[in-house]
Amino acid sequence: MRALFLLLVAGYASGAAAALVLGTGALARWASALGAIAGASAGLALAAGACVWGAAFSLDAPDLLGVVGGMAFRLDALGAVFLALTSLVAAPSALYGAGYSRAWDGRPALRQVGFMLNAFLLTMSLVPLADGTLTFLLLWEGMSLSSYFLVMTDADKPEVVSAGQWYLAMTQMGFACLLGAFLLLQSGGPGSFADLRAAADALAPGTRDMVFALALIGFGSKAGLIPLHVWLPRAHPAAPSHVSALMSGAMIKMGIYGLLRVGLDLLGGGPAWWGGLVLALGAVSALLGVLYALMEHDLKSLLAYHSVENIGLITIGMGAGLLFASLEMPAAAALALVAALYHTVNHAVFKGLLFLGAGAVLHATGTRDMNRMGGLIRGMPWTAALFLVGSVAISGLPPLNGFVSEWLLFQSLLPGIGAPSPLVAVLMVLALGMLALTAGLCAACFVKAFGITFLAIPRSPEAEHAHEAAWSMRAGMVVLAGACVVLSVGAFKIVPRLTEVVAPLVGLPVPAPSFSVGWALQTPGGFARMSPTLVAAGLGLVVLAAWLAVKTFASRRPLRVGETWGCGRVVQTPRMEYTATAFAEPLRRIFAAFYRPSEDVSIDFHPDSRYFVQSISYHSAIVPWFERYLYAPVIARVRRWSERVLALQSGSAHAYLTYLVAALVLLLGWLVVTGQR
Amino acid sequence: MSPWLLGPVQASVALLLAPGLVGAVRWMKARLQNRRGSPPWQPYLELRKLFAKEVVVSNNASWLFRAAPFIVFGSTVAVTLLVPLLAVPLPFDGAGDLVVVVYLLLLGTFFLALAGLDPGSSFGGMGASREMTVAALAEPTMALAIFALAWGAGSTNLGQIAFRTLATPSEALAPGHLLAFAAIFVVTLAETGRLPVDNPATHLELTMIHEAMVLEYSGRYLALLEWAAALKLLIFFTLLGNLFVPWGVAVTLTPGALLWAVFTLALKLGALGGAVALVETHIAKLRLFRVPELLSASFILALLAVTASFLL
Repeated sequence: MRALFLLLVAGYASGAAAALVLGTGALARWASALGAIAGASAGLALAAGACVWGAAFSLDAPDLLGVVGGMAFRLDALGAVFLALTSLVAAPSALYGAGYSRAWDGRPALRQVGFMLNAFLLTMSLVPLADGTLTFLLLWEGMSLSSYFLVMTDADKPEVVSAGQWYLAMTQMGFACLLGAFLLLQSGGPGSFADLRAAADALAPGTRDMVFALALIGFGSKAGLIPLHVWLPRAHPAAPSHVSALMSGAMIKMGIYGLLRVGLDLLGGGPAWWGGLVLALGAVSALLGVLYALMEHDLKSLLAYHSVENIGLITIGMGAGLLFASLEMPAAAALALVAALYHTVNHAVFKGLLFLGAGAVLHATGTRDMNRMGGLIRGMPWTAALFLVGSVAISGLPPLNGFVSEWLLFQSLLPGIGAPSPLVAVLMVLALGMLALTAGLCAACFVKAFGITFLAIPRSPEAEHAHEAAWSMRAGMVVLAGACVVLSVGAFKIVPRLTEVVAPLVGLPVPAPSFSVGWALQTPGGFARMSPTLVAAGLGLVVLAAWLAVKTFASRRPLRVGETWGCGRVVQTPRMEYTATAFAEPLRRIFAAFYRPSEDVSIDFHPDSRYFVQSISYHSAIVPWFERYLYAPVIARVRRWSERVLALQSGSAHAYLTYLVAALVLLLGWLVVTGQR
Repeated sequence: MSPWLLGPVQASVALLLAPGLVGAVRWMKARLQNRRGSPPWQPYLELRKLFAKEVVVSNNASWLFRAAPFIVFGSTVAVTLLVPLLAVPLPFDGAGDLVVVVYLLLLGTFFLALAGLDPGSSFGGMGASREMTVAALAEPTMALAIFALAWGAGSTNLGQIAFRTLATPSEALAPGHLLAFAAIFVVTLAETGRLPVDNPATHLELTMIHEAMVLEYSGRYLALLEWAAALKLLIFFTLLGNLFVPWGVAVTLTPGALLWAVFTLALKLGALGGAVALVETHIAKLRLFRVPELLSASFILALLAVTASFLL
């Protein structure tokens, strides 16, 4: 195990070093990608060792950064799940990146991407292994900063800089909250997690609540829970696509990991309102995330909003788990947490796939605007088919993995109505309704995302001449698409493992009751049973039988190709097609009270007669109200304060030296007054 | 009879009855409107004709357009293996529950909508956009109705739900049960493209949803899609008939019981078809932007159903 750990570190470190020293060509790209793949494979093996064979791993390095107490690593089952999902997305993304980074050949940006990607992967893989406050916070900050530099790869574009600022501000605000949470939790003692766990019970309830609230803000801002999601739709489109895949697939999951670690492991659960709050935040994030996604026609922003939605779904499961745990319903709590963890892994896989697919499209067409795409299925058949797999998976449709975790999530809310408090029952029923609406809207949104991007007639010359992605990019996507299938048909093997992970967290005895019987999944008390394996097999067989029957019995006259019917018009142009905006128009009207779209129509009539229209211009926009009502006042205030502080900055060296002296005198004076010396 | 044969038998019965069901609804509707109407077996003739005809495919369409009919048809047929059409100890009961049924049908809708977008006509896009809107808005109602049924029966598995009502007949008239029935009935109208949500009888662009999506299809592909649509209607009717009023469903796999089950199923389908024909004769189509109001009303019904099954 120790060897694997060292291999993980060595792989990423050599990848980072290779990017720095091997120049800015194909050699550097491939060497840094191979380093990352080696690191990710070692990470996967390490996680498998901990999860499947129960091998323990811990490593204390008191001399590493000895000034502050040293670093400590330990891998438990919960950490292993997150290490596994990170590594699972890391390897294909790195492979994809080897082809994708070609755009930066011969430029210093290639060095930056190669180095920072490996640094990012290394710190992110180690976050779930951290076994002490200091180790955890250092790695956490390393992960945030390296991803910030990755977002800033194309720093010559103004929108990238703005995205980077949003990201940095949100992530540092979150970090400040985490610092506060851990300081309260630590209350003087040394910072190993075992000590914190032991000391947490003795904390006053108010302090525990405070720790939880700060952790919720800190980890929630990383995960992208509404209203802390604002950086996602900005930073994901700005970053290179394989970085978006990693940020969305793996990094935001660390927020989920942190909440589980602090809320359930270190604090050991809490009062019912913790779970209720998390559940409500999750439900709101899921629904609003998908509603905003529907209005996007920037492909990568759309995917970013879907990350908000899916984090919401995961958080629903987590909230239900916390809630059931506080209500002494351990079996229901375990099921909800298994659903949340399963969806976390699934989302990592299919969202990674979708971002890689979007990157291939961006690479081929040079645009992220879906209204300029169309017909890409002909130029890029591989990308199209793989993006379709991702779309079916994220829409929660059988036979792929998204369906399995959504089914589990759905089932985990059902016991809620039996909860002792009617308030909990109402909350669960409403969450269930929102979950179902989210699932339906998500399917609608991916019909749009796939249909408008890949089907029908190209809407621009770039889309018409789109080329297929390089083989390394395709290979990365194929791996993730394969994982979507394996995670579905192998569910009956995976769910028992996840049950073992969550059982100690909710106080279930080990060995825990497994939620799987034979090929099927089964919820507590035999309430429901479903076998993703059999559903997939049955579906495949029936489709195959239908195809064979039609081939055998139906007419064998050859297919004739004709024009699309255009009501008698002879030529069909792309302007007659539905666009992404048009597709979502009914939903925009239905949810108008929520979107508050601004519309502006101006019509130029012919001067002689109002029956002849010369031109119509139509403009419509949606400004998310979080930004208008929640963030705009804060930003305005910060700006005002900064302007006041600006008065201090005269630019004269004399003034600055005076400040130094004044600060020193004040400090000494304070020490004298407080009597510390 | 071996229980494993029951699945294929159910699927065949469903496939055979479905076109007749659509024909019967059309025929009853015609009679209610003082028209003679085509005979109830007309859809069979149409299917035979379509399977024999040549296929014309748009030059903009991709492989997805040709694959979609099989996926739509296959996912709908797969559902018939899971619903209690004839007998309740279903061999595949452990393979999928009511939630799986809903999601398999959504899979069909998903691919049908994609196929609508593929030829690049504005009709197809319009149909796809509207279909997905209606499908998404119908989801919460369906989820809560399932919740209400499952809570009463102690399971989301279809066989269990039917069994429970058979065992305690008074359950069938419980308020939660009745409200859930009403909610699913509204969802049935929306999901199967009936009035007042969609008009199955016209090709007028203002009204069409389903017809707009399949406008570019012809020949065997159209036959598969039409058959799948008929099957979907039959599946929803079966859910309404055999989950809420499960009497007649075979509990032992003897030929007599199965024949009786086919007979009662046909009766229930006829009754529900009559109800739909009556609704379609009495009300006009709603404007598209009034449909959400109808679906939110059905959502309220489902919410009340949950409350009732919890309290009573």
